[in-house]
Amino acid sequence: MRKFKEFIVEKLILICGIASIFFVILIFLFLLKEGLAVFKTVSLFKFLLGKNWYPISEPPQLGILPLILGSLLVTLGAAIISIPIGVGCAVYIAEVAPTQTKEILKAGIELLAAIPSVVLGFIGMVTLVPLVKNVFHLPTGLTALSGSIMLAFMAMPTIVSIAEDALYSVPKSYKEGAFALGATRWQTIHRVMLPAASSGILAAVMLGVGRGIGETMAVMMITGNAAVIPHSILAPVRTLTATIAAEMGEAVVGSEHYFALFAIGIVLFVISFAVNVTADLFLHKRQ
Amino acid sequence: MVKFEIHNLNIWFGSVHAIKQVNMEIQSNEILSVIGPASSGKTTFLRALNRLNDLNTNYKMTGALELEREDICAVDIEVLRRKIGMVFALPLPLPLSVFDNVAYGARMHGERNKRLLGQRVEDALRQAYLWEEVKDRLNESAFKLSGGQQQRLCIARTLAVGPEVMLFDEPCSGLDPISTAKVEDAMLKLKEKYTIVLVTNNVKQAARVADRTAFFLTGELIEIDKTDKIFTAPKDRRTDGYIRGKFG
Repeated sequence: MRKFKEFIVEKLILICGIASIFFVILIFLFLLKEGLAVFKTVSLFKFLLGKNWYPISEPPQLGILPLILGSLLVTLGAAIISIPIGVGCAVYIAEVAPTQTKEILKAGIELLAAIPSVVLGFIGMVTLVPLVKNVFHLPTGLTALSGSIMLAFMAMPTIVSIAEDALYSVPKSYKEGAFALGATRWQTIHRVMLPAASSGILAAVMLGVGRGIGETMAVMMITGNAAVIPHSILAPVRTLTATIAAEMGEAVVGSEHYFALFAIGIVLFVISFAVNVTADLFLHKRQ
Repeated sequence: MVKFEIHNLNIWFGSVHAIKQVNMEIQSNEILSVIGPASSGKTTFLRALNRLNDLNTNYKMTGALELEREDICAVDIEVLRRKIGMVFALPLPLPLSVFDNVAYGARMHGERNKRLLGQRVEDALRQAYLWEEVKDRLNESAFKLSGGQQQRLCIARTLAVGPEVMLFDEPCSGLDPISTAKVEDAMLKLKEKYTIVLVTNNVKQAARVADRTAFFLTGELIEIDKTDKIFTAPKDRRTDGYIRGKFG
């Protein structure tokens, strides 16, 4: 009887384990099946590097370069804002802050992670967008910059908590060794702690950036959704994710437009996969 | 000459009374070894000398610790730690070349001149009895050195900062007998220029290298005297018991 129980539990766990992989494969296959159909009408080259996204004109023009650039621009902006602040915050929490401040900050970071992205988008829309518009004297505040700032808020909790973990796991002896040589606190941090934790911090950055690329709701609400190649960070852009979210409801099932949206999904999948694998590589290098 | 003067030193970690009412002096150019069983407070004592205990949040100290008649708590902590170098139990080379490891502290303190830096590295390596072994491999990774060489590399790294006192915290606990002998040779040579405090678990090591020996037990300084005396005619029964290996 006991053996039988063991057997059942073991198989159940096995099924759970396989299920997650199975579903990922199914999703990927479905994405491929629907997405690859678009390449009957448009070549891969033209799809990725085409400058015009007019999916419902006749014939449709399905170039996603403006969308890719939009995504990259918003994410890059978010990275530039969130990496220094995030890593700085992690250093402060891990190395400098007194215990009480540390607890408060950590709780705050977790709270930030818990805010639904639509709420952040909505707050950005009513506060940040008019601010950007007024500060830069623009016709509209719905720009890549607004999206970057909001995305930075979303990437920050990931960056802070993983980078802090990385700093925390640097052996204490390193720190003591540096102090014993007469290093100041700052010298210890930037000559010993940061280099020793660098792979973990890089992983934190990659995961934060990965979160940014996949984010949809907030960027859709505040980037302006203009599918044109952006010439500055102060221009409206449209990201890959926002395109799918905005147009999927209207696309005729089985049309080229419909297939093209799935193909965008594949592109996104490939990008996030690459980012996550890179992050993983850094994390494993650490261990 | 008296290097360190310690008056009524008491140390607590939270509610644990780690060092109890210790009074002693450390002479310059002597090797003072500190022996005692585990958790007798010897490492805590050592780390009080360069204020490394300050890193613990619940650390509390009373009494006076004076380096050349100057209260060490009144001195700038970075300056103090440059004067008082420390070598840890496990060699801790950085993932850099041999040269860069030794130059690390000196560079951190602002030495930029290449020639002077090279000279300082060579001097430090010579004093640590390592120069002959590594002079042709200065650009190799420090991890390629053997354990004993790594420990001497750490000694050289500490020396390159230009200390007056060297603290050794069980420096040979992870080393084989031959490497241990080399580290001990280095220490004997170093005492001509430096004051050395050696915490060791190895009673025989204390007998081999130390001029004077202090015996700690559960945070108290039981006895401090010339090494010969401690090992041949200790005043306290407990010292005798520990040295003969009856406990500890």
